[in-house]
Amino acid sequence: MASFKLTINNRAYNAEVEGDTPLLWVLRDNLGLVGTKYGCGIAQCGACTVHLDGKAVRSCVLPVSAVGKAKVTTIEGLSEKGDHPVQKAWDEVDVAQCGYCQAGQIMTAAAFLKEKPKPTDEEIVGAMSGNLCRCGTYHRIREAVKVAASKTN
Amino acid sequence: MKIAAAAGGGLFLGFNWSDTTAAPVVVDAKHIAAGSVKFNSYLSIGSDNSITIISPNPEIGQGIKTAFPMVVAEELDADWKLVKTVQGHLDNAAFERQVTGGSGAVPHSWERLRKAGATARHLLINAAAAKWGVPASEITTADSKVFHKASGKSGSYGEFAEAAGKLTAPTDIKLKDEKSFKLIGQSVRNVDNKNIATGKPLFGLDFYREGMLFAIIQRPKAFGFKLKSVDSAAAKAMPGIVDVVTFENSVAVVGKSTWQCKKAREALKIEYEKAADLESSEDHNRIFSNLMDNGEATVRRKNGDVEAAFKGAAKVIKAEYQCPFLPHSPLEPMNFFAHVREDGVELVGPTQTPDRARGEAAKITGFPPEKITVEITRQGGGFGRRLSADFAIEAVHVSKLVKAPVKVIWTREDDMTGGTYRPAVRYRFEAALDKNGEMIGYKLRGVGINSGNPTREDNFPSGSVDNLLIDSVEHKSAITTGPWRAPITNFLAYAEQSFIDEVAEAAGKDPIEFRLALLEKAKKSPAGEVKYDVDRMIAVIKLAAEKSNWGKKKGVHQGFSVYFSHRSYVAQVGEVVVEKGKPALKNVIAAVDCGIVINKSGSLQQVRGGVVDGIGHAMFGNMTFKAGTPDQSNFNGFRLIRMNEIPEVDVHFVDNGISPTGLGEPALPPAGGAVANAFYKATKQRLRNQPFINEEAFKGIS
Repeated sequence: MASFKLTINNRAYNAEVEGDTPLLWVLRDNLGLVGTKYGCGIAQCGACTVHLDGKAVRSCVLPVSAVGKAKVTTIEGLSEKGDHPVQKAWDEVDVAQCGYCQAGQIMTAAAFLKEKPKPTDEEIVGAMSGNLCRCGTYHRIREAVKVAASKTN
Repeated sequence: MKIAAAAGGGLFLGFNWSDTTAAPVVVDAKHIAAGSVKFNSYLSIGSDNSITIISPNPEIGQGIKTAFPMVVAEELDADWKLVKTVQGHLDNAAFERQVTGGSGAVPHSWERLRKAGATARHLLINAAAAKWGVPASEITTADSKVFHKASGKSGSYGEFAEAAGKLTAPTDIKLKDEKSFKLIGQSVRNVDNKNIATGKPLFGLDFYREGMLFAIIQRPKAFGFKLKSVDSAAAKAMPGIVDVVTFENSVAVVGKSTWQCKKAREALKIEYEKAADLESSEDHNRIFSNLMDNGEATVRRKNGDVEAAFKGAAKVIKAEYQCPFLPHSPLEPMNFFAHVREDGVELVGPTQTPDRARGEAAKITGFPPEKITVEITRQGGGFGRRLSADFAIEAVHVSKLVKAPVKVIWTREDDMTGGTYRPAVRYRFEAALDKNGEMIGYKLRGVGINSGNPTREDNFPSGSVDNLLIDSVEHKSAITTGPWRAPITNFLAYAEQSFIDEVAEAAGKDPIEFRLALLEKAKKSPAGEVKYDVDRMIAVIKLAAEKSNWGKKKGVHQGFSVYFSHRSYVAQVGEVVVEKGKPALKNVIAAVDCGIVINKSGSLQQVRGGVVDGIGHAMFGNMTFKAGTPDQSNFNGFRLIRMNEIPEVDVHFVDNGISPTGLGEPALPPAGGAVANAFYKATKQRLRNQPFINEEAFKGIS
């Protein structure tokens, strides 16, 4: 066991875990932030996507010991009131079927749009194809990213 | 929140599950509706005009938690903005059929839900009539309000809820004319959108409780193994591990976190022994070939004289189609919470069959069902996998053994290698044509591995062919199988619709005209019983042909498919375009008859998702075995379709006013056939086996 000081959603947390514990499980089992989902554990599905200093990363393969001073943002902290343009677009387009993958999709989309505020359709597909949606909501995910892009300046 | 002082300034927030600010995974409807008047099992109205509608069936992504309350709200004339939707717990006294499966929830509950809303509306009107001293017949309702036009009086439902609750409900209630529906048929957004987009704890895996232990279970690594011995000393010594317990053929590592349990499981030393044949995929191919020719077949349907028809045929067409096992792969892996106490059992988790979970818990613990509660969480997909109770059974066993609240978690590898697969099946189709190209004989033999009946003997083309024989052979295997979204038809439809295409071509006819002629025949001179609605099938075929501009698009290779399953009818046209010498699937046009569409937005996505699911698994899905052990264990080996691989999906609903007939599954079965037939047009090569990606015709394409 070791003690890790983490900055998550602009708050300071302390986690007493083994250093090899993936950030995903620290968030879920130790810190009560369960919005970040477990899907595969090997960075194949993207359900566990969080931001590390603003960049999308797969928290299921990121040992907590590697987080260091980087600022972690999870779906719970993407916006104060759940009104990030991507979150709003997800509601407007009514994306979710089961909803399990969507936190990861939203985090991927939010990081992507920060880098590329006016993406082409191809760039959207390229950025979002790393995230699996078993229900097949891909058409709407694509649409929602476009809607979010159109509303972000 | 526990707040601990930290060196270096600032506050570090520790975490304590008992006072988490996160909302509970499972909301207690009784709590929410406290102070409200309960009109029936589904509906409560508060004096503050709030309306709580309980959706009793498990939500796995089919949209029931939005659609069910819409039906109640429609008949109630409720203001949808004031409606709060709550997932019901298992309650056999209040609800029937709390199951998600067979696309059956809406057809089963349609009348019940409408009556629930209409009855409450009737009582509210009568309460207002009594108070205002006017005839009930003169009172109208809209947007959660009652109106009396002549006197200009109006009031909210909340004002009359208490008085209405004291009136006696009528036994016979008049329902709305479907044509006057205001809410039903609209696009209503998923009621959990906000919770989903902000990461609220909704799913089974999100359920935590103070003092809860975690369990990760080692199940036999090969189908056909049973447990011989366990050495758990090293695992028990690892950090955070509370106990290692054994039940049946499973070894459960119980501890304080998921990761600790997962790591400790790797330290288990387990010996297995062989209890059944350890089958490999090569064995299955040999078994299929052998049973296809020599197996003892069970006759499923027989019409006319098939042998004579084939003897007298001008042309005989024969083809075999095969599919592999498939895991369900819901993105939320199996998991379940159980707390076996001294006075009863508490179960919480994602299950499509909560009553089955309770029944199994009763058997294991000896408690009567009324001492066992089941709370249903939102579920990260189901696809049939959560119809089983194995994960609930495990949670009960472990909680009973360690005498603590326990959440059993399956890793993705556990989920993929843990069985209950879509069964592997091979079909042999034979068709006899007369000299005019009429299909006078049809034979289908299905050989399945733990598939039960791998045919749907009464589906089309049965009824349209005078001489027909459908039979099946079963091979029993240690590899476990179960229903997978659109059981059997998820593959049978593709095989049959591809074969019909082959037959139409051999007969020199247009694939759509060929099918329509068969259906006309089924209508005019049916061969035996016809158990599908011929007119509904014809209507979706014609709609798909019209919307796809069938046969009239230049440079576009179109493939057709139509299927009846779970009471609904779906026709699809796949469109392939050859780009730089390679065929690419561009579009799928779907025509759907599921009766009245309740939620346009949810239904549209259900069809699109079904098509994507059908195409994805037809194209890529493959589970193979070596000596009883699955070769694929995660999404690196088992390929799921991704955004860059989907076609556009254009959806059209038939508007026929028929009561809803189900939509969770029916869009999936026709997808594979529409695609395979379109690829055939583009390449002149048939895709007879799934996954397509492994077919010779497909090499080098994707």
